This record gives sequence, structure tokens and C-alpha cells, in this order.
Amino acid sequence: MASVEQTDGTGPSGEDGVRRRDFINIAAVSFAGVGGVAVVLPLIDQMNPSADVLALASTEVDLSAIQPGQAIKTTFRSQPLFVRQLTAKEIAEADKVDPATLRDPQTLEERTVDGKKQWLVTMGVCTHLGCVPLGAGEGENRGEFGGYFCPCHGSSYDTAARIRKGPAPKNLEVPKYSFTSDTAILVG
Amino acid sequence: MSFPWAEQYTPKHPVMQWVDEKLPLPRLVYNAVGAGYPVPRNLNYFWNFGVLAGLALVIQIVTGVIMAMHYGANDLVAFGTVEQTMRDVNAGWLMRYAHANGASFFFIVVYLHIFRGLYFGSYKAPREMVWLLGLVIFLLMMATAFMGYVLPWGQMSYWGAKVITGLFGAIPVVGEPIQTWLLGGFAPGNASLNRFFSLHFLLPFVIAGVIILHIWALHIPGSSNPTGVEVKGPQDTVPFHPYYTAKDGFGAGVFLIAFSILLFFAPNFLGHPDNYIEANPLSTPAHIVPEWYFWPFYAILRAFTVDFFFIPAKLLGVLAMFASILLLFFLPWLDTSPVRSGRYRPTFRKFWWILLGDVAVLGYCGGAPAAEPFVMISQIAAAYYFAHFLIILPLIARFEMPLPLPGSITEAVLATYGKTDGETAAVPAE
Repeated sequence: MASVEQTDGTGPSGEDGVRRRDFINIAAVSFAGVGGVAVVLPLIDQMNPSADVLALASTEVDLSAIQPGQAIKTTFRSQPLFVRQLTAKEIAEADKVDPATLRDPQTLEERTVDGKKQWLVTMGVCTHLGCVPLGAGEGENRGEFGGYFCPCHGSSYDTAARIRKGPAPKNLEVPKYSFTSDTAILVG
Repeated sequence: MSFPWAEQYTPKHPVMQWVDEKLPLPRLVYNAVGAGYPVPRNLNYFWNFGVLAGLALVIQIVTGVIMAMHYGANDLVAFGTVEQTMRDVNAGWLMRYAHANGASFFFIVVYLHIFRGLYFGSYKAPREMVWLLGLVIFLLMMATAFMGYVLPWGQMSYWGAKVITGLFGAIPVVGEPIQTWLLGGFAPGNASLNRFFSLHFLLPFVIAGVIILHIWALHIPGSSNPTGVEVKGPQDTVPFHPYYTAKDGFGAGVFLIAFSILLFFAPNFLGHPDNYIEANPLSTPAHIVPEWYFWPFYAILRAFTVDFFFIPAKLLGVLAMFASILLLFFLPWLDTSPVRSGRYRPTFRKFWWILLGDVAVLGYCGGAPAAEPFVMISQIAAAYYFAHFLIILPLIARFEMPLPLPGSITEAVLATYGKTDGETAAVPAE
């Protein structure tokens, strides 16, 4: 068809042989393509967290009942949150380590609020594949570095909840939080 | 599409003639799985597993549609409705156990089907497309099985969902948004459960569609056979029906007996007791393991414990696990030996057995706790798995001296079963 139009000279053709019809063809298909992509966007986006999931209240945690050496497990954004009051011995153990030797170098100071070094607040989500590490509950296995131990794939965290051994790439995440009083924090 | 000597569909009943003119569906079936499809005469019982996989899919779809009638896809009630199906719904226990164990049997027959293909070189030209489509089916099966396992919303369901979607979180930069997108939240929740239910219902029908393509691609060159020698004439084949419908029927009987033994006498043998505890986001089960059919891949995932250059161990494990399956897509071009069947490849045959053992070891380690010596064994076994396909197979193809091939399928059959009296059809009709 196209070649017939061109050779008999009836079709309006440009100097380089491009016809009106070629332009219309490309324009129409491109327009339909852009429209198609525009429709796909909401189809994909509907899978992202909905407004009610995103509308997460921040969590307030009362610290008054937590004795040195104890930890509690609560939830923040529907995931476990560990709040631990470190003992002097645990703080000393954490400070003894040269951060440069760590997989994810951080000091205990960087992971706690100024002047509240004994309060270690971390997510209870192993940075490997998201299991809840053991160690927050009474009598649970705390691993060979005395912090947290993930039973899924054997990641061990130290007393500052820094990754020391096993497949996890990062330290336990410290969420944003602030002290609202001496015995209460607001997470989020 | 078929050999010229294939039997022709000739409907005798006027109604069937009328249907054949308007919509030749009976003709299609006749040519696909009836007398119109000529099949090599020498197929052994390892050729049953394709049909058995189809049977397993039918069992899964029937029991699954029934399970969906009694299931509530909401995180508040999901666990309860599954237990209610087990206790209160008439024959509900049978449907659920058949569905759960049916998944295991589906994987058993598919793994046998895959290893049959590996041994007899079914992936080689001209059947590469059959192999590739089979791998697509396998990937779809894995996705379907994973999402189905989440639906009872027990502890293993929840933590399985968390760990598996966590795999995507290992991807640099876009990983966490992808994980959140997959889950519809920051952790598995109602949104995740609902979408998994929707997709778990959809994917089996997608699988059925790809199976049609798989069979279509198979029927273009025709079925392979244990000698790996192509069909050369009418004496090499028999019609699919009644010869292989009968043979597959016998296989189906054996399959159903084995299935029934597990279903009625040990329905929880392959399951995990932890999944009878309702999902609890605050407590991880002491020992998270996927279902047994994922163990070899889970072992490869866990085999990486140290960072390599700048790539974190977590990402390496994820990449290796996906690579272990994607690698199989390149198999037709990695094994360049022109001889298909392992029967005539003495070196290849030995390494096939070693691979089988290697995958079994990986499977065992994948189900074992993440501790020594299992981590080291999985590392060695995972390395061997990749070496088998990337190094050993290409080398064998280059250096192996294959045994002499029979002149034709008929010649091979008569060499084993033929008597010298009477049978003179051993001459290949070329």
C-alpha cells in the first residue's frame, strides 16, 4: 500500500520520503502509549501503603518501670520496638569496642540521646530479613556479644545493638525519638 | 505440528461433524492428547510426571476454590476461618489437608519432571522453548505456593511473608520501597494478606495458561524419548491415546495412592506445628523455615555470611538464590553436547547423580538451623551447584566421548525387547 502511494505520486510526501500518514501513525501510537502508562500508574500505586496505614500515631513509652539490665518490647508502626536500660558493665563493654572494626561503625553515643547513654531504643527488627531478635525478654538468648540474637539466621548484636556476627548488614535501627520527661519518650 | 502419519480426526456422528465445522475443539483435543498425537514408542515411567503435574494442578484448583468458599481474607479472622474450615465445615479437613499436601505433591512431581529433563537432555534443541516455559511455570508455582502459605495467617505464614519480602529489601536504594509496596505497609498486615489471597487465586490459572503454551511448544518437535534419538518414521511412534493415556493412567493411580497415604495417615508430616499458632508480630518462631520444597534455595540464600568487596552478604545471598533458578534459563546453551540422553553420556551421567545429591544436601541444610556445620556445608554445596552448570557441563560437553547412539528408536527398542523371529521392521525408514 505504502509503496504504491509513493510510486504513483498521489500521496503527499516530504522531501525525505516521510508521509503525513507516518506522522499520524507515530503520533497516535505515542499518544495511546502515554495514556496507557498513565493508567498503569494508579494500578501500581494502589499497592503502596494506604492512608490509614500511613497515618501512624507516634508511640509514647513509659520508662519508669524499666530497671537497669531490663528491656521491654513494645510496638512502633506495627513493628517491635526494644527499649533497654543498659547496666554500667554493658555500657563499658560497648565503649571498649573500636568502632572502626565494626561492620556498621557507630559508637554508643551516636546511638543514644546525649546524657541518656543508658537508654538504648532500637527497632526489634533484624536488619537481615526482618525477624524479631531475642534478648529483650527475661532469660532469652542474648548471643555471644550480650545484646540481641536473631534466631532466624544467627545474627548477633552487641550491648549497643550493633551487628557483630552473622548475615545482617546493619546495626539495629534507632528510630527518631525524644525524651518528653526523665521517664518517658515519644517515638516517631 | 505433527508427523505426517498422525491419525486423522474423522467425526462420525452428525453432531460431532457439525461441532467440528463450527468450533473444532474436539479436533484440537484429539490432536493434542488423543490418537492424533504420535509419541515415541519407548517412553519410560519418568515421562509420566508431566501429566501427573497437570493432575496435581487440577487437584489444587478444585480444593483451592473450595477452600476460598470458606476463607475470610482479613487478618482479624483469617486464622479462625481456616481452623473453622478444619473443624466445622463438612469435609473441610479433607479439603484443607488435600490442598496443603497437594502442594507438596505438585512440587514432588515437578522436581522429578525437571530432573528427568536434566538427565535425558530434554532441554536441548529443538525443545529449548519447552524448557524455558517449564521454568516460567516453576517460578509461578513458587510464587503461588509462597502466597498460599501466608493465607492461614499462622506464625510461619507471617514470618515467612516477612522474611521473603525482606529479600527484596536487600536490593540497594529501591529495595525498601519495593518491600513496602509488596506488603502495602511496613510489616505484613491486612493489606498484604488480601493481595496475596487475590494473587494466590489468580496465578494457578496463569499457570494453566502457560502449561498450554508448554504443551504447544512441545508438540511442534514432538516428545523427546529416553534414547534422545529423534523420531525417524512411523515405526518409531505410537498414538498418545490409548498407549500413553493408559500408561499415564497407571502412573496417576500410583500417584494417588502415595498422595492418599500422606493425606490420610500423616497430613501434618510436611507441615510446621508453629503454623497452628496465630500470627504474632512481636514473637519470631525459634526456627523459621519455609516449606520443604524451598529448602535448597533457602540454603543458598543463607550460604553467604561475609561481605564480598562492597556487596553486603545479605544482597549476595538474595542474588545467589535468584541466580540459582535464572541460571537454568541458560542451560540449553551451556550444555553444548549434541547427544541428548544421559544414557549415552557416561561422564555426564555421573555428574547428574552428583548434582542430584548436591541438591539433596542443599535441601537438608535449608531445613536445618542456621548453625555450623550446616552453614559451611551449604556454602560448599551452593558453590558446587553453580560450578555444575557454569563449569562442569560445558567442560563435559567438550571432552566427553559419548557412547554410540542407536540408529533409531525402534532399533534401540528391539535391541532390548525384540526377538529375531518375525520382527524385521528394525530398519530405520529414512
